[in-house]
Amino acid sequence: MAELSFTQEELDEIEKIKAKFPTDKAATLQVLWVAQRKYGHVEPDVQKLVADTLDLPAAHVHGVASFYTQYYKEEMGKFVLDVCTCLSCQLCGGYEILHHLEDELGIKAGETTDDGMFSIQEVECLGACGYAPMLQVTNGVYVNNLTEEKADELIQNLREGNLPEFESMQMPKLEKRNQAAS
Amino acid sequence: MANDWRSFEPLLIPDIPNLEKIDVYEENGGYEALRKILNDRDKWSRENVTNEVKQANIRGRGGAGFNAGLKWSFMPKPDGGPRYLACNGDESEPGTFKDRKIFEFNPHLFIEGALIAAYAMTVDTIYVYIRGEYISWVDMLQEAVDDAYEKGYLGKDIMGKGIDIEMHLTYGAGAYICGEETSMLESLEGKRGYPRVKPPFPAQKGLWGRPTTINNIETLANVPLVINNGAEWFGNIGAEGHPGPVLYGISGHVNKPGVYELPSGVPVMDLINEVAGGMRGGKDLKALIPGGSSTPVLRADQLEGVTMNADSLRDAGSMMGTAGMVVMDEDTDMVDVLWRIAHFYHHESCGQCTPCRDGTGWLEKILLKIKNGEGEVKDLDLLLDLTTQMEGRTICALADAAAWPVRHTINRFRDEFEARCKKSVHAVA
Repeated sequence: MAELSFTQEELDEIEKIKAKFPTDKAATLQVLWVAQRKYGHVEPDVQKLVADTLDLPAAHVHGVASFYTQYYKEEMGKFVLDVCTCLSCQLCGGYEILHHLEDELGIKAGETTDDGMFSIQEVECLGACGYAPMLQVTNGVYVNNLTEEKADELIQNLREGNLPEFESMQMPKLEKRNQAAS
Repeated sequence: MANDWRSFEPLLIPDIPNLEKIDVYEENGGYEALRKILNDRDKWSRENVTNEVKQANIRGRGGAGFNAGLKWSFMPKPDGGPRYLACNGDESEPGTFKDRKIFEFNPHLFIEGALIAAYAMTVDTIYVYIRGEYISWVDMLQEAVDDAYEKGYLGKDIMGKGIDIEMHLTYGAGAYICGEETSMLESLEGKRGYPRVKPPFPAQKGLWGRPTTINNIETLANVPLVINNGAEWFGNIGAEGHPGPVLYGISGHVNKPGVYELPSGVPVMDLINEVAGGMRGGKDLKALIPGGSSTPVLRADQLEGVTMNADSLRDAGSMMGTAGMVVMDEDTDMVDVLWRIAHFYHHESCGQCTPCRDGTGWLEKILLKIKNGEGEVKDLDLLLDLTTQMEGRTICALADAAAWPVRHTINRFRDEFEARCKKSVHAVA
């Protein structure tokens, strides 16, 4: 297997990250992100590239990569569906959405479809509690207020290569109840 | 007074279109608090700014509720070396989804607040740490920060007043524990998010061993309001002893979940029935978790007259936390809910301290057994005993946060838990 490497453009980005901090070690998380965006995961050879680039012990980078859940420790599907089932999502049907997706794609949470298109993960609170149930696509966009129909639509769109757009959840306006008796 | 919440006009996120754009923010009085300070540094000395904020009593909105100005005053005198402000946008406590509203709808209010805090504490570098899942909001805040640099509100010689303050954004990669302040510092230093032993406190030894203050995003967004209008004005908003606007995140079984900005101290039942549009499907209210998953659950019959501020919630037997309110209707299975909360804390325990690493695992395991109808009544007492062996025996408060919901949910819904347990052998015979 060919030696992994960053392009000059990526190295420039890494220099900018390093410039934010007084130590290069502090750049570990962000450089792991750069690597994951490039390779789609941070398997050991990718971790080694990060360690060599920052001149840090491989053990340190491995320690960080294995601590944080968003780093993929192995190759994942093209689209990773992170389905929240935590408290508010649990109350609003998060498990139903998770099981529906599992049935639709024929895999369980933690698995990847044979064609390499989809992985499903059950995840902890993503901070979208008012828009439950919800999921996040490959560490990116949030898909809120899921129904089985909306989930099916999402799968269809992803199969066609269309990522959902960012959905702005506005601050709801309070009804002015000026003359209301209450 | 809290009961005039119906006429309250939002201050943190006012209803002004495109307020996230720096021009619109400036047109609406943005960066005037900072300008006021830098234009009259005799009146607004670093000490006076700190005192004004201390007097305003902005209680930390990240969950602990500590007076922000008082926290600032713990910073030692400058010795010429670096000093840091670390802004906590990790926002990971289940039920909490408010700080992202500031990043999206009024990021400059936060930036201005952070700048004033940095000035008051003689800080030259601000770090903003946002949870990695919020990448969409990281990008939004980055755009605002870039604009603030371009306009001369950040960087060298701010507003031509000879003050230099840098602001750097960074983000995590999925770890609830990084919302704990010293864990966040570890993560900022590029390490696993292991909480640090205190003392030394961050004000003495924080980032890279230097004096550091950690404030929540919403807390800092309140600061320009205090400088513009005065501590006394701020103190008159909402509840006595816990004043100011609050971003209430309401989720669960209500008709209109979402984040609402209202004064502190709004009656809980008004928030559920009026603000959030009442219970979904006309069901009855069963329980409320008032401030994120670690705050003790309250039964519907415990909510009479309770308001959303520290004192009232403490008297009721819970806490304000992050004001992330999780509303549960009559059909809610409290055993399932508690098991899910226990699963969360087990998953998120960093593993440093044995009482937490093992304790959270046992809580989850025993609750799963009960959930599956295989538990016994004595397991409930085992769970309660476990909570006392975890609480207060670890480096950080995650063990406490895991223990409280178990203790209070079992105590407050004991019948429901017992009904799920197997009958004893004797009773069956």
